[in-house]
Amino acid sequence: MIHVLAFYLFAILVVSSGALTILSRNPVHSVLWLIMAFFNAAGLMVLLGAEFIAMLLVIVYVGAVAVLFLFVVMMLDIDFAELRAGFVNYLPFGLLIAFVLLAEIVLGIGLWSAGPIELAQRAAPVNPELSNIQAIGGLLYTRYIFLFEAAGIVLLVAMIGAIVLTHRARGGVRGQNVAKQNRRRPQDAVHNVNQPVGQGVEL
Amino acid sequence: MIGLQHYMVVSAILFVMGVLGIFINRKNVIIILMAIELILLSVNINLVAFSAFLGDLVGQVFSMFVLTVAAGEAAIGLAILVIYFRGRGTIAVDDVNRMKG
Repeated sequence: MIHVLAFYLFAILVVSSGALTILSRNPVHSVLWLIMAFFNAAGLMVLLGAEFIAMLLVIVYVGAVAVLFLFVVMMLDIDFAELRAGFVNYLPFGLLIAFVLLAEIVLGIGLWSAGPIELAQRAAPVNPELSNIQAIGGLLYTRYIFLFEAAGIVLLVAMIGAIVLTHRARGGVRGQNVAKQNRRRPQDAVHNVNQPVGQGVEL
Repeated sequence: MIGLQHYMVVSAILFVMGVLGIFINRKNVIIILMAIELILLSVNINLVAFSAFLGDLVGQVFSMFVLTVAAGEAAIGLAILVIYFRGRGTIAVDDVNRMKG
């Protein structure tokens, strides 16, 4: 009973926060609704017994991606009312597409549940003795190590790409030139002069 | 009792909401990126639901890969957005036709 109740709570909240994400007038509110949707999706995943993915969702999405969105929304000085101008014009066509897509997907789900799939062989069957995170760690560091490393490379490329794209060389900045400093010798910098009285110093 | 179909319907509704978000906020790239995040979230829910109900952990491993790609996509997308804004002073994407592609 509590499971059913929790499912409907999380499901209704995730769907309504998704709707408010795309409908809100203010993009900051949109980001906050997106965070709400992520939290409730994490709740759904906890209900499914996938605690690791749920925690990953909270940490990666809410902690990194949503904060990045919030940062960009607040950094750019944009007139959002102007961007919303064609909202009503696009609505009928968008609703049509959405309705057709939803009908197709629900039809697909209905057909799928008419004849359930029986897996002949599971690639990585769940071991009831291990916790979710132990099982995933065991898989990820052994059989799926190349997938894991590919994920690392994807993140590395994304990081380098974002830095290269947004970096700009600023002119007129006096940076430290370490090689030049190390090349400098005392005889280049200091010399003793026997200065005659009454004459100017030549530098 | 809650079955796999319930999760699939939630994920389908979320997916459609993401597509609708792309259509109705056609000018605002930030909202479009958020709609793409919603779509990827619905895909993740679907993968994890199947993984849980079929008793196979590969779905969760793959869901983690999707999460990684989503994070990278958001970072690159927002970087492109920032340099676009720096050059044009606006983020209206319906007039991005400089390259005439």
